[in-house]
Amino acid sequence: MQLARVIGEVVATRKDENLTGLALLLVQPLNADRQPAGRPLVAVDAVGAGRGEYVFFVRGKEASFPYYPAEPPVDAGIVGIVDHWDVG
Amino acid sequence: MLIARVVGNVVATQKHRKFEGAKLMLVQPLNLDETPRGGTLLAVDGVGAGVSEKVLIVLEGRAAGEALGRKAAPVDAAIVGIVDSVDLYAIL
Repeated sequence: MQLARVIGEVVATRKDENLTGLALLLVQPLNADRQPAGRPLVAVDAVGAGRGEYVFFVRGKEASFPYYPAEPPVDAGIVGIVDHWDVG
Repeated sequence: MLIARVVGNVVATQKHRKFEGAKLMLVQPLNLDETPRGGTLLAVDGVGAGVSEKVLIVLEGRAAGEALGRKAAPVDAAIVGIVDSVDLYAIL
């Protein structure tokens, strides 16, 4: 998984029917020092993350697991909202 | 798998239920000369690793799910070992 910040949302009325009803959020991956790590991407949101919140997301087919038995065509999914993290 | 350094841990009360009770660690994958290799990642910890320890991580969903011991868990990285030493043969 990777840390990220929710920086936006995506609306797509015409889309794969398996995506209906799923929140599509724009996230900026982050390193532990809060610096951007790579470019922003779109992730489905399985935990109700809000604007500007720090989250962590999973990549790959596992991103569709929270929606089992449905199989949305997704490769990135927010699966946790971070309260805080510390770097030892 | 990759060798990584545990650099911190993450607290997240609101998360997918399959993460219940799982330890979430921040890890920094390393090159052989211990320089950072890419960015930091979050991994579930199945072996009780501590911050600053050198560990073995797996970066693939099915394997990470097995390390976590839960089916269909939305995970893609797990700590699967604590590295005692790395011996590099002098043949490079």
